[in-house]
Amino acid sequence: MDDTSTRSGYLPDEAATLGLGASLAQAIIPGMVIFLEGDLGAGKTTLTRGLLQGLGHQGRVKSPTYTLVETYPLASLTAHHFDLYRFNDPEEWEDAGFRELFGHDTLCLVEWPEKAQGLLPQPDLTLALAVADDGRTYRIHAHDAQGIQCLSRLSI
Amino acid sequence: MLVLGIESSCDETGVALYDLEAGLIAQQLHTQMAMHAEYGGVVPELASRDHIRRVVPLTEACLKEAGKTLADIDAVAYTQGPGLGGALLVGASFANALAYSLKKPVIEVHHLEGHLLSPLLAESRPEFPFLALLVSGGHTQIMAVRGIGDYEILGETLDDAAGEAFDKTAKLLGLDYPGGPRLSQLAESGDPDRFTLPRPMLHSDNLDMSFSGLKTAVLTLTRQVEASEGEIGEQARMDICRAFQDAIVDVLVHKCLKAMKKAGMKRIVVAGGVGANKQLRAGLNAAAAKYRFAVFYPPMALCTDNGAMIAFAGAMRLKFAHGAGGFSVKPRWDLATLPKA
Repeated sequence: MDDTSTRSGYLPDEAATLGLGASLAQAIIPGMVIFLEGDLGAGKTTLTRGLLQGLGHQGRVKSPTYTLVETYPLASLTAHHFDLYRFNDPEEWEDAGFRELFGHDTLCLVEWPEKAQGLLPQPDLTLALAVADDGRTYRIHAHDAQGIQCLSRLSI
Repeated sequence: MLVLGIESSCDETGVALYDLEAGLIAQQLHTQMAMHAEYGGVVPELASRDHIRRVVPLTEACLKEAGKTLADIDAVAYTQGPGLGGALLVGASFANALAYSLKKPVIEVHHLEGHLLSPLLAESRPEFPFLALLVSGGHTQIMAVRGIGDYEILGETLDDAAGEAFDKTAKLLGLDYPGGPRLSQLAESGDPDRFTLPRPMLHSDNLDMSFSGLKTAVLTLTRQVEASEGEIGEQARMDICRAFQDAIVDVLVHKCLKAMKKAGMKRIVVAGGVGANKQLRAGLNAAAAKYRFAVFYPPMALCTDNGAMIAFAGAMRLKFAHGAGGFSVKPRWDLATLPKA
């Protein structure tokens, strides 16, 4: 059951996942931290592509699995798309020096946040995707006032 | 002229010495993979601190291997980007500090230029111009290479790199990460006619590629097999691996052929970790025989990240050598913006 702090639904295809990302782009607030959860192939990077394109990014949105972070300087803010999949140890978060990328004018999207458990800043939103039939289910949970505000602005 | 090359853009710390007359005279690499390991993702060892721990002992070992001393070094080349900011900074600061203390110049090297010039370190080396397929865990690009620093990106992946698709699909099939090499091994015993997976963008009118959708295709296929057979048996898994590898190889070979034609090239160079994939090599070799062009591969040990390619690229760029100090790194850096050497 949805209340002010959660939202969930079904995404039948890739276009719907991109659409959810585009809707989020209209609702997010600079400075937000969003955790993206879900197994390989669940659509985390696809959703991010929709979100970044919704924020005006024109080019490609490559998977950051190899580079660990891809940065997008956009008109309204700078977005950092992290992928911690390859982390073996949460301490690698500190070693990689990523903490300094978080700020009031950035949007931080973190795939595989559990790989740096305990060291990451608290998220405003957690968005979980899961494969279901031919599509995906999603569930967004807001953790604080900023997250709840973002959800209230989300038109989907 | 003796050039010391330092690579620290990602997981591996590589140091090598390239001499303009004698060629590659020493190279040292710290990696958790065995030197003969095939391709795919490397075991992460992302810590910038780890590069710090490795770079000095590797440099000492390199000098010892070549029978040289620091005083013999004429220039220090290092990877300026692209890569992880913190990791790049280790190589950049070490290279600059060393060069400054030796009163020798530094040369900034683009990591991908290192990769695409690495086939020039093989015994049979291609003449310019050539087409380059750069295919690894982090990159999948097709480039027209007309000379040192004269690179045009003709097409690239829009999402996952080919090697990444291998590793992630391997994981989906229950193989340990990075499982790309294991997936290829299983594919060898797979039935090529049992399953067919989609070839994303095969017939698109450009040279771009997309591999992330293959994960979903493999998931769907796996579910179908489970539904009809109850579980994924050993043979079924090998057949799925085969279908997956066929799809990737087919797209890569097809796009390369298209690019050869478009750019009017007679030679193709394959660089990067996935360049070691047997089926990809067989596919390219067969196409080369049929359409009468030549294929060149880097020595096996230089397929993954290494210092040798940086020392070599630096030696090819000696005219850009300049005084050490005041350095920066470029975590994102478009290869096509390099000046011609």
